[in-house]
Amino acid sequence: MYGARTLIAEKYAEEIKTILGRYPNSKSAILPLMHLAQNEYGFMSKEAMQEVADILGLDPTHVLSIAGFYTLFYEEPVGKYVLEICTDLACALRGGDEFLHMACDKLGVEPEGTTEDGMFSVKHVMCLGACDKAPMLQCNLKFEENLDEEKFDALIARLREEAASGKRAPTVVEKITSYAKDGE
Amino acid sequence: MEKHILLRHRDVENIHQLDVYLEHGGYEALKKCVTEYTPAEVIDIIKAANIRGRGGAGFPAGIKWSFIPKQAPVKYVVINADESETGTFKDRELLTFNPHQVIEGALIAAYAIGAETVYCYYRGEFMDIGYNCEQAVLDLRERGMLGDNIFGSEFSCEFHNHYGAGAYICGEETALLQSLEGNLGQPWSKPPFPAVEGLYSKPTVVNNVETLANVPPVIMNGAEWYTDMGTEKSPGVKVVCLSGHVKKPGNYEVIMGMSYRDLIYGEDYGGGMLGDRAFKAMLPSGGSGPVVTAEALDAPIAFEGLDAHGSLMGSASVIIMDETTDMVWAAMKMIEFFKHESCGKCTPCREGTFWMNKLLHRIYEGHGTAEDIKVLEDVAKQIKGKCLCALGEFAISPVLSTIAHFLDEYKAKVQVPA
Amino acid sequence: MSDQVTLSIDGVEVTVPKGTLVVDAAKRIGNDIPVFCYHPKMDPVGMCRMCLVRIGIPMFERGTGEPVLDEDGKQKYMFRGLQTGCTVQVSEGMVVESNTEVVEKARGDVIEFLLTSHPLDCPICDKGGECPLQNLTMRHGEGTSRFDFSDKLKGDKHVPLGDLIFLDRERCIQCARCTRFQAEVVDDPVIAFHNRGRRLEITTLSDPGFDSYWSGNTTDICPVGALTTSDFRFGARPWELKPSASICPHCPVGCNLTFSTRREAKAGGKQVIKRVMPRQNEAVNEIWICDKGRFAYHFVEDGERLQTPLIRKNGELVEASWDEALALVAEKLKAHKATAAGIAGDRLSNEDLYQFQALFREQLGNGNIDLAQRRLAGGDVVAQVGIAKGSNLLDLGAGDAILVVASDLHEEAPVWWLRVKQAAERGVTLVVVNPRETRLDAYAAHTLLYHPRKPLETVKQLVDTAKVELDGELDGLQAAAQALAEANNLVAFYGYEGLSYEETDSLARLLGNLLLMKKGDAVRAGQKNNGLVPVWPRNNTQGAWDVGLHPAYGPGYKKLAKAGLAAEGIYAGVAGGTVKALYVAGSDPIGDGLLAGRGNLEFLVVQELFLTATAQAADVVLPAQSWAEREGTYTSGERRVQRFYPSIAAVGQSRADWQILAQVTEQLGGEKVPFAASILFTQLAKKVAPYKGMDYRGLAKVEKQWPDVGGDDLYYGGNAYNNGSGLGVQWAAEAESKSLEAYKVSDVEANKGKGIQLVSAPALYRTGSLVDRSSVLAPRMAQPEISFHANDAQLLAVEDGDRISLRVNGQVLTATAHVNGQAQAGVAFLRGTAYQPTAVPQRIEKVSEKEA
Repeated sequence: MYGARTLIAEKYAEEIKTILGRYPNSKSAILPLMHLAQNEYGFMSKEAMQEVADILGLDPTHVLSIAGFYTLFYEEPVGKYVLEICTDLACALRGGDEFLHMACDKLGVEPEGTTEDGMFSVKHVMCLGACDKAPMLQCNLKFEENLDEEKFDALIARLREEAASGKRAPTVVEKITSYAKDGE
Repeated sequence: MEKHILLRHRDVENIHQLDVYLEHGGYEALKKCVTEYTPAEVIDIIKAANIRGRGGAGFPAGIKWSFIPKQAPVKYVVINADESETGTFKDRELLTFNPHQVIEGALIAAYAIGAETVYCYYRGEFMDIGYNCEQAVLDLRERGMLGDNIFGSEFSCEFHNHYGAGAYICGEETALLQSLEGNLGQPWSKPPFPAVEGLYSKPTVVNNVETLANVPPVIMNGAEWYTDMGTEKSPGVKVVCLSGHVKKPGNYEVIMGMSYRDLIYGEDYGGGMLGDRAFKAMLPSGGSGPVVTAEALDAPIAFEGLDAHGSLMGSASVIIMDETTDMVWAAMKMIEFFKHESCGKCTPCREGTFWMNKLLHRIYEGHGTAEDIKVLEDVAKQIKGKCLCALGEFAISPVLSTIAHFLDEYKAKVQVPA
Repeated sequence: MSDQVTLSIDGVEVTVPKGTLVVDAAKRIGNDIPVFCYHPKMDPVGMCRMCLVRIGIPMFERGTGEPVLDEDGKQKYMFRGLQTGCTVQVSEGMVVESNTEVVEKARGDVIEFLLTSHPLDCPICDKGGECPLQNLTMRHGEGTSRFDFSDKLKGDKHVPLGDLIFLDRERCIQCARCTRFQAEVVDDPVIAFHNRGRRLEITTLSDPGFDSYWSGNTTDICPVGALTTSDFRFGARPWELKPSASICPHCPVGCNLTFSTRREAKAGGKQVIKRVMPRQNEAVNEIWICDKGRFAYHFVEDGERLQTPLIRKNGELVEASWDEALALVAEKLKAHKATAAGIAGDRLSNEDLYQFQALFREQLGNGNIDLAQRRLAGGDVVAQVGIAKGSNLLDLGAGDAILVVASDLHEEAPVWWLRVKQAAERGVTLVVVNPRETRLDAYAAHTLLYHPRKPLETVKQLVDTAKVELDGELDGLQAAAQALAEANNLVAFYGYEGLSYEETDSLARLLGNLLLMKKGDAVRAGQKNNGLVPVWPRNNTQGAWDVGLHPAYGPGYKKLAKAGLAAEGIYAGVAGGTVKALYVAGSDPIGDGLLAGRGNLEFLVVQELFLTATAQAADVVLPAQSWAEREGTYTSGERRVQRFYPSIAAVGQSRADWQILAQVTEQLGGEKVPFAASILFTQLAKKVAPYKGMDYRGLAKVEKQWPDVGGDDLYYGGNAYNNGSGLGVQWAAEAESKSLEAYKVSDVEANKGKGIQLVSAPALYRTGSLVDRSSVLAPRMAQPEISFHANDAQLLAVEDGDRISLRVNGQVLTATAHVNGQAQAGVAFLRGTAYQPTAVPQRIEKVSEKEA
């Protein structure tokens, strides 16, 4: 999640048009648009909520309500990379909890915390549907599976490198949204 | 030689690509339906095959389709890909690697009920596995296999992918529809059932991913081919998600009726207990099915298979626990899940999961009393039969079943016996 | 198939309409199934699970349809587990068990769950004493809780959701009544749930927060003390409060109110108004009121209320006795009998206005009386084709139509807006004809726009088109006309936005002709649920017409041989010296800019609540009582005569307006003063033909209303009061008893001339001598705004958002300019200013800030 901070209505005009075209009622586009807004601004700020509300002609209170209900929306600023580590039963049976603590120790944060440099947030989450590949996590929605300490170190190193280079691969949200570019 | 009916990608490389899928008989079933069968005939085949809902409830898909009022001008098919139950990861594999089979099944459903739009609702965390399905839709559209007059027939249909944003409850069909409409993902009190008033208040069929993947092979091979497999009440094959303390966790496509013992210990399946430790308990349906012990190992994997053991196959998300597992801890983990995922709409689930979580933490952390165990059991019983949807009803089974089988472990944790 | 269903609840048979919910069916036979989330005015959601019952459906053999019998030969029933009685519709032969041990246990269980999160702070809670949760806990809850107190989730207890409503997060039981009310009932979804599970809480991100015209209603229907108004919170305990019935004096809807009062030491032991609540009247306001009606009452207790009569001595107004003041008034009026005139406000009661005209016509022998300002004409048309007696907007549904012309109901008469909106949602075809978009348009099947330069052209076309049958492709106006022509029932609301007074008279007649058209064999006018409803500018304009407070009509619409001076003539006479004495009651013509000053008057008497601009110019000022201190009647726009009652003691030496007028009458040699308003009303009813036979006792009659709200079972409908003090009496329009000729409508010339036509756009919260005194409402007053069409804005060099000063008709106005597509070319809408534009185009000139 990178803060280019352009109005999504302008930056993704074509994609938003396609997405809106999928539903008989534009309110249905609220989740796709909120994913885009969060991708753009790094978290679901009040301004981002207002922007989504404006595009869809909704009261911003509704967007806030949606943001509060679904766990993938962050109402407070988070790190550049959000590491969501599954500690649910199936993962925990294969070291999910220990992996979370290892990750937190390495990054020097508490669960739900963000590193001082604003690079990483660590959250522990419920089942992500990858129980056979535990321990696992999602980093900005990208699956990272069959992890151990070594692989975690490598992941962190890769992410730091990516951040330092200033270049980055498209995010999951951007990749999925790009399919709406071709129109429907 | 293809060994799988659903997990066909394990036999055919790149079957997620349209050309590969077509080379291997893809969309023949859809073509057959729209060119040879009437919608009613399609429903009859699915009914005869008795494809039961693979999301866990086991409701026959054909009957579900037949509930849709024929005269209604606008109808919808919605694919439930909100796979969020602890220990469940089968739909994810199907959508990632064999998306066309799911799409084909959904289009057949749409043809059967007269819908012109299909939505596939993924849990938000599955966005990273949506690419193949997104590409599949673009490819189909380009080939004219989506949109107007599919295979030159009168049948026209669109298909859209939609991603949620993190809420287990959206796997409940009415909550899913609410979420898809842009509302809070809270279930509504049925009736009205989605078949009568569903998405945008229009008649809607909501089917699980795996259920729909069963449809094309049934159309091609006939109902009898399907009912020849499995048990009388649970025909066909089932993708079982095996996780926890086994050597080879993963998805396994099994013919209904195979025993849990074979699943866990079979060389082609789980390959035995991790570290060859002793089996202690199993959750046959993620957090939602009551825990069972070794007594149930020879039970068949089938919707009715665990009836005698007070549990259920459900979505077949089998979580295996070995002798080292603390069952109070396991119950606590599951209740944390249910507490976290309770939408808050109805009182017993909202308050009850919160209360049970508090009690379990107290007991697990060694501050509990014998009275707390009693209250915990009471609270679970007090939730039972009062919830608006199944989530709250599920939430009691980890508690009641662990107390039933492992009361000693609870007792050992409370400080002063009452 | 019959539309009635018979079922049995705990062995008691009940027959109810198909579609009735089990809880409502039970209520009909006095079986109070407890609820929290269910509310009879909203769709059921089945969230709280308090209403769980066991429901059995009779079993029949598949195929034969024969009943399935048990061993004893009795009908067998299929029972599921416990089901929510609020979501299940009744069916024939259903059996409901609501008094079994299982059900009772379930209720106790749900209560226990709710209390695990609810604080036990009843002793300091505003709801304590009238709290559904408290009551149901007493009835169904256990004495003790097994929930460990240390596990309790703590929540913020004083969360302002806006300036009006506070939320106590701990007390909220997540029933969603408030959010559903805002979203579904009034379509103002500015509050919503946030988070989920146990962390579910009410919140807002709207600007400026929970600030809705309807917000107070959420506190009535909240089943716990989670929502409180900033006005009432911590104000009093419910059991200390004494209810007294009243009628809202702020618009022509005539909402039924209840004042809650208690005696307070700081008021010297007198009753003090603590809050205003809705009182159920299903034909008027159901159980809702707008926030203006709820919060505007504070002027009653304002410290600046006049306490004693004042007489001008040596240029100063000084305190005087009633005897001295009344004698002086009588003496001066006697001296100027033929040159006296009277100006009254249409917020006064029927009794006041009747006595006012009687004083002039009978004692002074002169009919120079009028309302201070008339904006809307057509009272005579309403008397003939007004909405028929026994009508109720609630009865309109699919197949019926409502027409709204020249009125923004949301701002002018909010409860009518709500009821019309809900009618449209029930299937009524709504046609809205206005000079700009309004909040009602969203629910309309057809919206038509007129240009204020030729405001009647569209309506005329609409009415003319409705007379002919049309085929084929229809344009918007044709489709609307057809819908009106085909409707089973037709109600037409009309107002005056962008119209001159003369034009509103033509509008009333045009709509009168629409209603006099035949539907089938009969004309609509005169039939139940058909007719005209004027959106009068004030609460009792209707009453003023009825009792003859009109220069051309006597009581009961008796056309006078010789009309007296109308307001314009009176004001001109004051300036010109032909009017020597002026009696002003309940209005402030000088403050409102209608009258320049006392001109050449020799005597000016004013009876008022406050020392208004007019009062300051007076020779005698008489302190009047507010409506909260006295009794009387108002007549609503639907012609319902409704009684209000005294709830607090009179302020100072103030007297009721009718009483003052009667005492002046007596001094002038007239009949002895009636000692009670009820006697005066009985006299009035004899003179005002349509009121024939009415008396205070009849107006106080009540009958059982549905849904049953405000009884002991507070949990069912909320805290609105049930109506024990009168549903009022609607009087019959002439068309109900005789056939009428079509009206002649004078050809209205389109306004000509250059310039921009300024149109006053109404605002619910507009500054005024009474409402300004409510500290809750004062900050919500509409600020001066003017909206232009882009072309006009360009010519005037005005941009959107500019703060501008304009000279119009000699007056300088300062307002924020909007160029937002609301205004048509050649029109500018003025909102939130005291200035009332005439319906003639004006030359508008932009002036410098300095000049302003």
